[in-house]
Amino acid sequence: MDLSYTAEEQAFRQEVRSFLDEKLPKEMSDAVREGRGLGKEGHDRWHAILNEQGWLAPNWPQEFGGCGWNAVQRHIFEEECCRAHAPRIVPFGLSMLAPVLQKFGSKEQQDYYLPKILNGEHWWCQGYSEPGAGSDLASLKTKAVREGDHYIVNGQKTWTTLGQYANWIFCLVRTDPDAKQQEGISFLLIDMDTPGIEVRPIILLDGTHEVNEVWFTDVKVPVENLVGEENKGWTYAKYLLTHERTNIAGVGFSQAGLDAVKRLARSQMHKGRPLIENPYFAARVAQAEIDLMAMSTTNLRIISAAASGQAPGVESSMLKVKGTEIRQEINDMARRAAGVYAMPFASEAVEGGNEPPIGPEGTAPVAAQYFNNRKLSIFGGSNEIQKNIIAKVKMGGRA
Amino acid sequence: MNFDLTEERQMLQDSLRRFLSDRYTTSVRNEILEGESGYSADIWGQLAELGVIGALFSEEDGGFGGAGFDISTVFEELGRAGVVEPLLDTALLGGGLIAALGNDSQKELVEEVIGGAVQLAFAHGEPTSRYETSRVETTATVDGAEIILKGQKAVVVNAEAADHLIVSARESGDADSTDGISLFLVPRDTAGLSMRGYALLAGGRAAEVDLDGVRLPETARLGAAGGAYSAIADALARAEVALAAETLGAMETATELTRQYLLTRTQFGRPIGTFQALQHRVADLLIELEQARSAVINAAGHLEGDARLRDLNIAAARNLIGRAGRLVAEDSIQMHGGIAMTQEYELAHIAKRIVMAEHRFGDADTQLERFLDLSAA
Repeated sequence: MDLSYTAEEQAFRQEVRSFLDEKLPKEMSDAVREGRGLGKEGHDRWHAILNEQGWLAPNWPQEFGGCGWNAVQRHIFEEECCRAHAPRIVPFGLSMLAPVLQKFGSKEQQDYYLPKILNGEHWWCQGYSEPGAGSDLASLKTKAVREGDHYIVNGQKTWTTLGQYANWIFCLVRTDPDAKQQEGISFLLIDMDTPGIEVRPIILLDGTHEVNEVWFTDVKVPVENLVGEENKGWTYAKYLLTHERTNIAGVGFSQAGLDAVKRLARSQMHKGRPLIENPYFAARVAQAEIDLMAMSTTNLRIISAAASGQAPGVESSMLKVKGTEIRQEINDMARRAAGVYAMPFASEAVEGGNEPPIGPEGTAPVAAQYFNNRKLSIFGGSNEIQKNIIAKVKMGGRA
Repeated sequence: MNFDLTEERQMLQDSLRRFLSDRYTTSVRNEILEGESGYSADIWGQLAELGVIGALFSEEDGGFGGAGFDISTVFEELGRAGVVEPLLDTALLGGGLIAALGNDSQKELVEEVIGGAVQLAFAHGEPTSRYETSRVETTATVDGAEIILKGQKAVVVNAEAADHLIVSARESGDADSTDGISLFLVPRDTAGLSMRGYALLAGGRAAEVDLDGVRLPETARLGAAGGAYSAIADALARAEVALAAETLGAMETATELTRQYLLTRTQFGRPIGTFQALQHRVADLLIELEQARSAVINAAGHLEGDARLRDLNIAAARNLIGRAGRLVAEDSIQMHGGIAMTQEYELAHIAKRIVMAEHRFGDADTQLERFLDLSAA
């Protein structure tokens, strides 16, 4: 047992920190810290900065233009980015599609798509969920029928995050309606400019436009846009989901969130004293901090096992459940800290705008964030599905 | 012991429930939420006509109710339907304070409130007062026959729509002393009074109000100079019973929407409500709902009695509902999944009403602290 980072790892952390000090634009970190949206341009700009440094794809092998970092280095990078309030890297192309193409895509697909993910030419979104296929993803109905050298796609996807910015979508589609659920699914890459695609916004309960419905009516997709083999899409989808679950613990987000709660509680007054001195509030903060200290070590234990080649099993489900619970608890404390100033609807604070927000610094976005982050325990495999996975492995006789 | 509503209250509950389920649909409310005034004048007029506002005032003040159980009956129904109209602000706080402290000519406004003709707002909280009801730093200075108000008021609900604001200001004493606070009836268009309005996350509107040397005649004062605190505490007690009942109503709706959804939403080839893991969670919500109902009964039943006992029961109800409400709101969203995260879905609004109610008059922690202080007293 040794809880400290090696000298190399510490040096790496220093290198990341210097880079962020120098290259992360202040207006960008301010926006992230204040919970304001960046818009497409902001995300594109940050991606370009990282790409220039060669750090845009920490999880890619070097042969494809990745950093070649191990799991501990990736963790350090993520931790430092959160600490510095860097924007999150939009994951759909970089962390979700790319690993699938690298493992299952053709040489032509790899050569064509991967560079365009790095240079920002393609903004990808995810066509997985459907109105009738949420937790039960394999029940999806969007179908693709082969006609000559095209597939004709009809159906509807939903919860498509940032689909309004995307020019490409990777989709799970049903290519064999007669096969058993998981066996008739294929993985298609679709240009969003193809006729017959319509993106409709879904406004979330905090007023933000973050997700969309994507409708497909007789959309013609060239057969070369099929990834891997027809009807083997479920295998690729599952592979993608294991990558979606990296950094699922969100320790860096929680740490940054907890720091923000403490900052807010130091400036908010309760009965003439800073709120942070109030024992009721302080107890909540301490409780979350205790949970986070342990979670952080659980996360490192799993990362370190992964770095030495062990594949994580149910641990990633455990990290997802506990990690999102802690993040949501921190969001709850933040709204509490804001007191009456949690009440204003701070649309400009969330979406970006010119009017100064209502209330003391740091209070404006907290209630919206509390509601928005209810999604954490729903998406990426709901926490109930994660518990099913844990129970199946540990209590299903396989352990 | 008798836990049944009186016949009159039962009739009030029935007619209000019928009216709201017919007229206050999700789409009607979504239009109100997107509108500029924060409420519907049409709905307001009909609520007045139904006698809903009058039920919140005693006969002596021109109404036909005004007791704890009248308030809880009305507000539970408003909560069930997710009503955003400012009954709490105009009737209970504004109208209640004028009824308690006003002279005959000031009290004419109460009649107009009951008739639905007037909107009011209580401008009491300040940027740094948080949930402390006696922390008033806005000053009222006598200048000949006039009074000058200076200060800032925070998150004044319904301020833009209000014909009059009831403004608290200090005439003497320390910043957090219960002595020395006065109330003033200030027409919204009075020179020196300005506001920055905004929508609230859970519906309705509020404003940051600036009082920059507002000059009023002495006749604008409600009651005796420096002696308003006890009437403020009474009005806030009534408002907290109302808010607890409203939250209870919203929790009922959230739980029922969830129960219904689980019976119809199919995944893995069966309604998800057949999964025991989810059945147990619905059972937990139903248990908490009954606890919340009893807490509201305790608070409403003590509203007219001894002030310490009243406040103890209110603190208990608001703490319990703060905790249980959070559970109901969060678990209802969770069990629905993504659909409950969308603005147009009924539960999204209801969940926001439940959670944001904690931010008026003190969250669960503040109420726990208050409960302990009162227990020790």
